[in-house]
Amino acid sequence: MPDVSVSLLIEQLINGLQLGTMLFLMASGLTLVFGVMGLINLAHGSFYMVGAYVTALVTAATGSFLLGLGAGVLAAAAAGAIVELVVIRRLYRRQHLDQVLATFALILVFSEGTRWLFGSSPLWLSPPEALSGSVALPGGSRYPVYRLMIIAVGVGVAAALYLLIAHTRLGMRIRAGESDREMIGALGVNIQRLYTLVFALGAALAGLAGSLVGALQSVQVGMGEPVLILAFVVIVIGGIGSIKGALLGALLVGLVDTLGRALLPALLAQFMPPADAAGTGTALAAMLIYLLMAVILAVKPTGLFAAHD
Amino acid sequence: MTDDADALATPMLKEIAMTPWTRAGLGLVMMTTVATAQAEDVRIGMITTLSGGGSHLGVDVRDGFMLAIDRAGREDLEVLVQDDARRPDLARSLANEFVQRDEVDILTGIIWSNLAMAVVPSVVRQGTFYLSPNAGPSALAGKLCHPNYFNVAYQNDNLHGAMGAYMREQGFQAPLLMAPNYPAGTDALAGFKHLFEGEVADEIYTQLGQTDYAAEIARIRASEADSLFFFLPGGMGISFMKQWENSGVDLPVFGAAFSFDETIIQAVGSAAIGAMNTAQWAYDLDNAANRTFVEAFRETHERTPTLYAAQGYDTARLILSALETAHPSDQAAFREALREADFASVRGEFRFNTNQHPIQDIYVREVVEGADGQPTNRLVGVAVEDIQDVYAEQCRL
Repeated sequence: MPDVSVSLLIEQLINGLQLGTMLFLMASGLTLVFGVMGLINLAHGSFYMVGAYVTALVTAATGSFLLGLGAGVLAAAAAGAIVELVVIRRLYRRQHLDQVLATFALILVFSEGTRWLFGSSPLWLSPPEALSGSVALPGGSRYPVYRLMIIAVGVGVAAALYLLIAHTRLGMRIRAGESDREMIGALGVNIQRLYTLVFALGAALAGLAGSLVGALQSVQVGMGEPVLILAFVVIVIGGIGSIKGALLGALLVGLVDTLGRALLPALLAQFMPPADAAGTGTALAAMLIYLLMAVILAVKPTGLFAAHD
Repeated sequence: MTDDADALATPMLKEIAMTPWTRAGLGLVMMTTVATAQAEDVRIGMITTLSGGGSHLGVDVRDGFMLAIDRAGREDLEVLVQDDARRPDLARSLANEFVQRDEVDILTGIIWSNLAMAVVPSVVRQGTFYLSPNAGPSALAGKLCHPNYFNVAYQNDNLHGAMGAYMREQGFQAPLLMAPNYPAGTDALAGFKHLFEGEVADEIYTQLGQTDYAAEIARIRASEADSLFFFLPGGMGISFMKQWENSGVDLPVFGAAFSFDETIIQAVGSAAIGAMNTAQWAYDLDNAANRTFVEAFRETHERTPTLYAAQGYDTARLILSALETAHPSDQAAFREALREADFASVRGEFRFNTNQHPIQDIYVREVVEGADGQPTNRLVGVAVEDIQDVYAEQCRL
């Protein structure tokens, strides 16, 4: 294949890794909330949007991206805590259908509320000066510094989550909550506070993803929903409730999606007219992660690392 | 007049014991009042996108349209505005409501081609006029053209084709083309190639609504292209341009105005600087009608109008010009008056082709840093004079 050189392949692999780490930030919160509280939260994408909006606004007001990022994460965590206290708390004992309906309503409330406050025009947010530009890759290609930074943050969050869950008291309670909700309540742990904390943590991670990606994408109403769909694919593949599964699933989805988009059209062009190959290749690439999900579910119906086996 | 009748009728309704017969009688009385009112008044229904993705287009069409209506100060004009939330099914039912319940004379406002296809063919067949302030799908310019359908903006291919012609003139040999994999995307690239006439380096189709373009940017980097032409409307273009800026790929960027309107380039920021784009209008176009429009719009809305606002404004001005000679109830005369296009368009020269789509100049604009440091479009020149679409031959009017 003439247009797939080694340097292009390396660049696409890093792209896949970067998409994967971003998806991990989204999926880890989603899977944590499901694992600990058994709650399906469709409004997770709204925290992503809150993070991006607050980061854009605070960055514009103060001129500091770092301040904006911090504010975005905190705002998403606060929004998560408030939503848990006001709405989610009433849903734990309900069926999944009620949870889906209520959290879907939350999406509408967040979207229309944001539009009402900030209008329908997208906001401006760019990577900070220090992280703009690109660095040379082995093979002669160049890669944006900012995307490398997202990978680094993703890896850092994965490590921090591992430490938190495996080696702290809070982590022990989260694990206990995953295995037996009634029992840990009976043992005197303030289960309500634990739930609020976990929910806010998940929202903060989504907010972090939104804040980071907001500098690369359009900060607008409804930006969270496409990512939410991918995050659901990730946690279904990884096994619902498992952080390890979310990490592996995210990297898998990121790599398969990116490499599919990058290589399939060129691959099909070997035995098709180029114009058809471009269209068919794109269409196939769009299906690829769902095919991946179907295959994995056929082999392991609970996902790669299911929390409740 | 209608309001007075309602005001009188409401207390009466409360006092009279409402047997079915009195109810029917009252209904008849009220219907006649409405009917006589309609013979003099003109009612315009606007269905446009005011919420959800891409709503800044609908907001600008509405604001431009209402600016012209307000400035005309006609008491006999009533404009009803409804939000379609970019949903074809909702647009359809709103259109039925406007035509059947409100009995509007003229419909307008739809932004998206798929919504226009769901609404326009049936409403024009029912005898309502439809004036498109934006969407210009090829079918409505060709086989499905209709005497009651006018497009005041462009046929969808116009801006892409004009950029093809401009890039060929500028001596580009191998542009790489990129668009989402959906009908308007493939049409855009076909329109471009039609007037570019040469070989292109490659064509990349993306997913509709895609937000991450790292894989595509890597392919562009690895290609032998000497320039990039893309059609990524709305948020897709914003995401792409922001990711393109820091990628280290250094190719000149071209597109149609849909990715470079004033709202979008504000959100893209410095990444948009230097991009060339084609449009049928520019806010710094030097003619009296345009100066008046831009000044009035800035004063009312405290922002620079986009091309969509200009299209809304022109649509309203076209309607107002036709109303000078005929009322829409006299269909033949009103249609003839619309065909004349006897108004000073903010884009300069403007006339209708046989398929009632514009014949107009397409301009090239460059995104530059404005006086306030924010990116803004600057008029560079004319890409193609008197462009017309290729579908007019298929239209038998």
